[in-house]
Amino acid sequence: MRNVGIIMRRELVSYFATPLAYIFLLIFLVLANLFTFYLGGFFERGQADLNPFFTYHPWLFLFLIPAVSMRLWAEERRSGSIELLMTLPVTLWQAVVGKFLAAWAFTILALVLTFPLWITVNYLGSPDNGAILAAYIGSVLLAAGFLSIGSLASALTRNPVVAFIVGIAACFVFLVAGFPLVLDAFRGWAPQFLVDAVGSLGFLTHYEAISKGVIDVRDLIYFGLLITWFLLATAVVLDVRKSE
Amino acid sequence: MIKTEALTKQYGDLTAVDAVSFTVSPGEVLGFLGPNGAGKTTTMRMLAGFIGATSGRASICGHDVDTDSIAARACLGYLPEGAPAYGEMTVRDFLNFVADLRHLRGAARARVEAVIERLQLHGVLTQTIETLSKGFRRRVGLAQAIMHDPPVLILDEPTDGLDPNQKHEVRTLINEMAGEKTVIISTHILEEVDAVCTRAIIIAHGRIVADDTPQGLAARLPSGRLDDVFRSITA
Repeated sequence: MRNVGIIMRRELVSYFATPLAYIFLLIFLVLANLFTFYLGGFFERGQADLNPFFTYHPWLFLFLIPAVSMRLWAEERRSGSIELLMTLPVTLWQAVVGKFLAAWAFTILALVLTFPLWITVNYLGSPDNGAILAAYIGSVLLAAGFLSIGSLASALTRNPVVAFIVGIAACFVFLVAGFPLVLDAFRGWAPQFLVDAVGSLGFLTHYEAISKGVIDVRDLIYFGLLITWFLLATAVVLDVRKSE
Repeated sequence: MIKTEALTKQYGDLTAVDAVSFTVSPGEVLGFLGPNGAGKTTTMRMLAGFIGATSGRASICGHDVDTDSIAARACLGYLPEGAPAYGEMTVRDFLNFVADLRHLRGAARARVEAVIERLQLHGVLTQTIETLSKGFRRRVGLAQAIMHDPPVLILDEPTDGLDPNQKHEVRTLINEMAGEKTVIISTHILEEVDAVCTRAIIIAHGRIVADDTPQGLAARLPSGRLDDVFRSITA
């Protein structure tokens, strides 16, 4: 457990060693606000809630989260530092979890920095702050889901740019798994239970359920299992390919 | 103590390391020699637990590197080839990071300062590692390998890329530390073997082709020169 914390701290500090972290935070905040006010029509709706803000998170995350996760392992392999890390007395699992938690903490920081919107909406009206909190939790879980996929993408290659693009593609598949776009491809031949299974794998269904303010245990289990599975896959891939 | 039994690594059809068996006891400094691509680095990586063996076994201080990997690594100081590190970290942060993962506390923690002193890293503590010269980078790699005073040291080309003065310093350091430690260094600089090693193994095409003292090896040819022997064995 201590090792996980040590690895997480190092990784988190290293985000801020390059301008990447600041650029990411800036772009995230600008886009999140732009989407909320222009696409979401925050003022025009005349309602004191943050729905226009949260509605666009999945699409914003789709491009920004793989940028956070792309360097996690690709950079370690490119620079060779993975050989140092993996020959210190730490387990692969501690390293995978520590790095994932660092990336997660970083995205949580980005979400925390959107607090002016929350202040604004509270100043303008009296929103349901419980629902807003639930939606934030939904966003945090969605980010974790994307990050676990991005972590696997990063483990597959030595090139962060490749990890970024593969990460976006994989995240997109999971994001729209509940959409007709994907389901129709299965409907023609697959039995109904399989269509339902694929549909329920989609991020959006679970994210929207939580954003509506309903935190269902099943949605939490969904995210927990999905993240665990992708982190396990990351560890397996690294075990096989770390020295290549 | 380091022990390998028929340690083998295959990549597809290529056998990088072929049934290598040897034992290195405390007090011995083993020079691992061989042409590039002979399997030196692969063998060291298996000992350090970075890659798994295809077959055979290896242990460090009695801990199997595969089944008891964490305990084996705790006994080991390892300098990977090229001394990789986190380029964006300062030397101080990097050494603290390794010390944290090695769980050095209290009196043991003071060794970090001693190692900084020993390797003369004072002047670069606040510099990021990517801005360092090759010589300093190598010294940072050595500092991280010896800071926990490990009973076993495995150094992959510790003097590669250093100038003659720095080479001399690193050799002195290895000689001073040797004492009761078990040390393996890989090199293709043969004078180094004379300078620091009590024993030399020459490896070619993944197999051990000679295992002797440096003097014993040199005496194999009338010229008495180690590099003639090296060439005659590995060519």
